[in-house]
Amino acid sequence: MLSLLIRRLVQMVFVMLGISILVFLIFFATPGADPASRIAGRNASPEVVAAVRASFGLDKPLPVQYALMMERLFITRDLTSFVNRGQEVIPEVMEAAPITLSLVGGAAVFWIVGSIAIGIVAAATKGSLLDRILMVLGLIGISMPVYWLGEMVNLITQNRLHDTWLFAWVPPLGYTPLTEDPWTWFKTLLFPWLTLATLYIGLYGRVLRANLVEASHEDYIRTARSKGLSESRILLRHALRTSLIAFVTLFGLDFGALVGGSALLTEVVFALQGVGKLTYDALQNLDLPVIMATVMYASFFVVLANALVDIAYATLDPRVRLA
Amino acid sequence: MTDLPVTTEVGQGAAAQERPALGPWARALRKLVADRAAMGALGLFVLIVLACLAAPLYATYVANTDPFTSNIDGTTMVDGQSVALIEPSTEGLGLGSVPLGPTWDIRNYFLGADAQGRDVASRLLYGGRNSLLIAGTSTILCLVLAALTGLIAGFFGGMIDIVISRLLDVLWAFPIYLLAISLSIVLITKGFDIGPISITSGSLELPIFIIGIVYVPYVARPIRGQVLALKESEFVLAAIGLGVPSYRILFRDILPNVMTTLIVFVPLMVAINMLTESALSFLSIGVQPPDASWGTIIQDGQDLIYTRPMVAIAPGIAIVLSVLALNILGDGVRDALDPRAKLRFR
Repeated sequence: MLSLLIRRLVQMVFVMLGISILVFLIFFATPGADPASRIAGRNASPEVVAAVRASFGLDKPLPVQYALMMERLFITRDLTSFVNRGQEVIPEVMEAAPITLSLVGGAAVFWIVGSIAIGIVAAATKGSLLDRILMVLGLIGISMPVYWLGEMVNLITQNRLHDTWLFAWVPPLGYTPLTEDPWTWFKTLLFPWLTLATLYIGLYGRVLRANLVEASHEDYIRTARSKGLSESRILLRHALRTSLIAFVTLFGLDFGALVGGSALLTEVVFALQGVGKLTYDALQNLDLPVIMATVMYASFFVVLANALVDIAYATLDPRVRLA
Repeated sequence: MTDLPVTTEVGQGAAAQERPALGPWARALRKLVADRAAMGALGLFVLIVLACLAAPLYATYVANTDPFTSNIDGTTMVDGQSVALIEPSTEGLGLGSVPLGPTWDIRNYFLGADAQGRDVASRLLYGGRNSLLIAGTSTILCLVLAALTGLIAGFFGGMIDIVISRLLDVLWAFPIYLLAISLSIVLITKGFDIGPISITSGSLELPIFIIGIVYVPYVARPIRGQVLALKESEFVLAAIGLGVPSYRILFRDILPNVMTTLIVFVPLMVAINMLTESALSFLSIGVQPPDASWGTIIQDGQDLIYTRPMVAIAPGIAIVLSVLALNILGDGVRDALDPRAKLRFR
């Protein structure tokens, strides 16, 4: 176990290093435009471009530029935006992070509960009409672009049916911190949660059903059945347990990926000022320092999450440790 | 099935002798054709493709509009009355403007006009061409790159494998949208020019290139795993023992055996690439104006979402139908070719 832990952590550091080099190369060494004018943003004056060139050490060799960049991102953390002059980037990212975590964390609750319910019901009624309807609904959930679904939800809850008793309680788009007003926090986030969770409810529900059906052919299920256990007990206590191992892995990866940028589209549609919205706004006015910071921090978060998942997986499933 | 002539056992034996057993491909095809859901999905997808291919015909002969020039001051006849394509808004301060809504008349602004007075229905069909084209070509690009890296890494092993696998690890851990955003923002203004590869900014090649690259690790990893297993198989060991050159073993013995996996990936890749393209276009880093795609039309509709929701609803439905059809078809192809395959992208 310890050697696995060390191996995994070494791998994690390697991947982080690789990503930081890749990001650096994309922003500083892609042929085409001068990185200084890219970083300075749209319509920057020659003075600003010259200032950028000096402050990023762009006249120095690439490895030195890389080291300077990493220093500003992670050690001094004084990277500043040139579009919003003087705005420090890293504190901005840190401020936005709780909003993204609220969004993804809440959605995760919905998608875990929803997909387990769907997976169990579909597996228990395998081959029935209900099973087929659930699987088709799941497939539709997977096939919908999340930002489009969000717009449709807004259209209904904010506009078309907003004045009816159904959705009159939905607050306008935006974000209220949990510490300020928990009830409003819940109300503003409910529809973003459901929107974001839809895809994963479909995906996980289908995966879980397949795993449960597969498990029903296993020897230990036959043993449980021959012991005379009830079908529901077999499904919930025996089959579900092993199927959840794969579920945990998927969950860790997706949670990491969502916090690390995939929630961007949902944040944009629901005007939640999270890390993704920050990236999006920076994208609109080509504010490169912000994008570099969000990309770097978010991808590091994903790598860390992946490593934690692997370690959790090894703890849950002894077979992985031995492999 | 019941009206088939009943043959005796002797007759069946004779027929079996005459006709050789079906090969794996023919058997898979037969299974796929028998899958009604998959065939229905294929039919729907083909219809969507044909409709999009007919975009110029529709725009010229049915709707009589040019969906790429703005027509802000234009008027059209609805129910015998002349109406402006863009009306000043009556709500709020009256500063905004509202384009013509859907007329539900197939010859005349069927789905209404967008903020520039252009026919949404024609743009939908033209946009679909770009969405389908990008999803299709980026799938080909991705599968070719993934097959090459997977085959080379798995077959040659050693240092080559270590380098390729570690590179794939890095790419795999990189959140897809962030990688795509980083690449787009750098390339979108000036394009890209390395040796023989030259991509101009604002062209369709840019989203194809970006989408084609970001999913490579998801395909290359399982391919590499299969190649590793195949390398130990008897027929490959025999070929190595006979002194068959490596490239010949790769392409004659190993490639055909990973082909099923690649084919199983095709419909699912097209579906996922279509979603990715639409998301990037929605974020304004995919298809660039004046070109349109379903993603850019949804973005056009974002400002009109409460007044003229149809501009955003229609392309969204087009995406959902196409992706749904591809997913169902993909399930069918997987069941027919390789039921044990576990594929996952996100």
